[in-house]
Amino acid sequence: MTEGLALIAPWLIAAGVLFFMAGALGLWRFPDVYSRLHALTKADNLGLGLLCLGLACQAASVSAALKILLVWGLVLVASSIGATLMASTALARGLRPRTRRGSRDS
Amino acid sequence: MSGFFALLAALLSGLALLGLFRATSLLRRILALNVLASALFLLLVTLAHTEAGLDPVPHAMVLTGIVVAVSTTAAALALILRATHSHHDESDP
Amino acid sequence: MSTFIIGFDLLLGAGLLWLAWQALFHPKPFAAVVHFMAFGLVMALVWVRLEALDIALAEAAIGTGVTGALLLAALGRLPNGATPRLALRPWQRPPVALALGVVLLLGLWLAWVAWQLPRPGLSAEVTAALPESGVRHPVTAVLLNLRALDTMLELAVMLGAVWLVWSLGPELRPYAPATALPGLPALTRLLHPLFLMVPAYLLWRGSHAPGGAFPAGAVLGAGGVLLLLADAVPWMQRPDRQPLLRLLLSTGLVLFLGLALGGLLLTGTFFAIPVAIAALAILVVEVAAALSIALMLMACYLYGEPGR
Repeated sequence: MTEGLALIAPWLIAAGVLFFMAGALGLWRFPDVYSRLHALTKADNLGLGLLCLGLACQAASVSAALKILLVWGLVLVASSIGATLMASTALARGLRPRTRRGSRDS
Repeated sequence: MSGFFALLAALLSGLALLGLFRATSLLRRILALNVLASALFLLLVTLAHTEAGLDPVPHAMVLTGIVVAVSTTAAALALILRATHSHHDESDP
Repeated sequence: MSTFIIGFDLLLGAGLLWLAWQALFHPKPFAAVVHFMAFGLVMALVWVRLEALDIALAEAAIGTGVTGALLLAALGRLPNGATPRLALRPWQRPPVALALGVVLLLGLWLAWVAWQLPRPGLSAEVTAALPESGVRHPVTAVLLNLRALDTMLELAVMLGAVWLVWSLGPELRPYAPATALPGLPALTRLLHPLFLMVPAYLLWRGSHAPGGAFPAGAVLGAGGVLLLLADAVPWMQRPDRQPLLRLLLSTGLVLFLGLALGGLLLTGTFFAIPVAIAALAILVVEVAAALSIALMLMACYLYGEPGR
């Protein structure tokens, strides 16, 4: 059981780092606030989840593993609400989402 | 390792002093002072860090220093705000 | 493995230097503030590397959270984001350069002197005095018993800062988000219990492990600033609650003074806490100090006297 977990932990962490790098690339390259938020919240939270799962697999005790997973849950809650607030504030300030043609309803 | 972090603290404090003396805006000076405070905390903790563990006296000093730094920052920012608001009337930006 | 650690340290150092450079020299004030907040977060990682976990927690909550909120709130209120400028006149440049040189030389000298200090400093003395302090964690022992005078004066400095901020005028309304989404109030309601539970845990931990009044007060204060943003603590602004607010703000300092005077009466020495009651006295003072620190951070964020 423990050996199996220790075996998959590095893969989970590597996958998490990959998603983090994709999110960072999106933050760097995407054109407007909304798509950057998309990169940050979606890719980075998935990356963080994989990272936390991997670290929880390596944790010494069940309580430590649960604490690591709690971190993920809290970041999910905070980042989803933060992203909503940022996007709606940007919209209220008059920043239009970038669209290819025409304007999208918000 | 402690040599590396001491060098980092020295570089950071040099940078912060440069910024402090070159800055023309008051907000930038506050940022420079905060970076300088962080660099000094880093130096203190690096010097306190040994193989036997941390020396608790500088450790406690840094812990209180962080709180003092934030209260000085708040006081300075409040002064800047009032200084600008005495020229401009209170209006929502 | 050690190659990885050295690489990580180098990455941290380079990141810190770059973020500090951006915070100090980026042309836009907003970008500078955001870089400074990122600087604080990377700094928290450095504290973890140096095995100073309670400093890391205080730095993340105060250095990034509260200072960032203070800076952003101030930046939003400054007209057009422009800050007051102090332009140097030509004749002022040589003295400033001279002053910079002198300060750099003095700093180098100070660093060299600090490097020569005997190490590991006072940790043997602290360890020797630990059984008489009433707690088992050396940092808490230093903060609340061995060097309690410093901590008390630090609380006095903080109270002085609050007094200065409040004496400048009535409070400025905290910035609410431009939209009336239920998200932020819901978030604060959700996090309310955590903002109380985590500091309580840190306080309890402080007697035997990294933790204690300062990280607890920092986390509670950072949570309190979020509550202020969501307008979830209306009692702080109500005129009839001002005496209570003032009482709570000064509780930490008053209890510290009481402890010091009690020590003077019982043993004849200022701040000498009898071993028999040390643990209990430290716990009481720690709870009061954490509460006061948190409320003082929130009071600074109001940028003025509430209820006026």
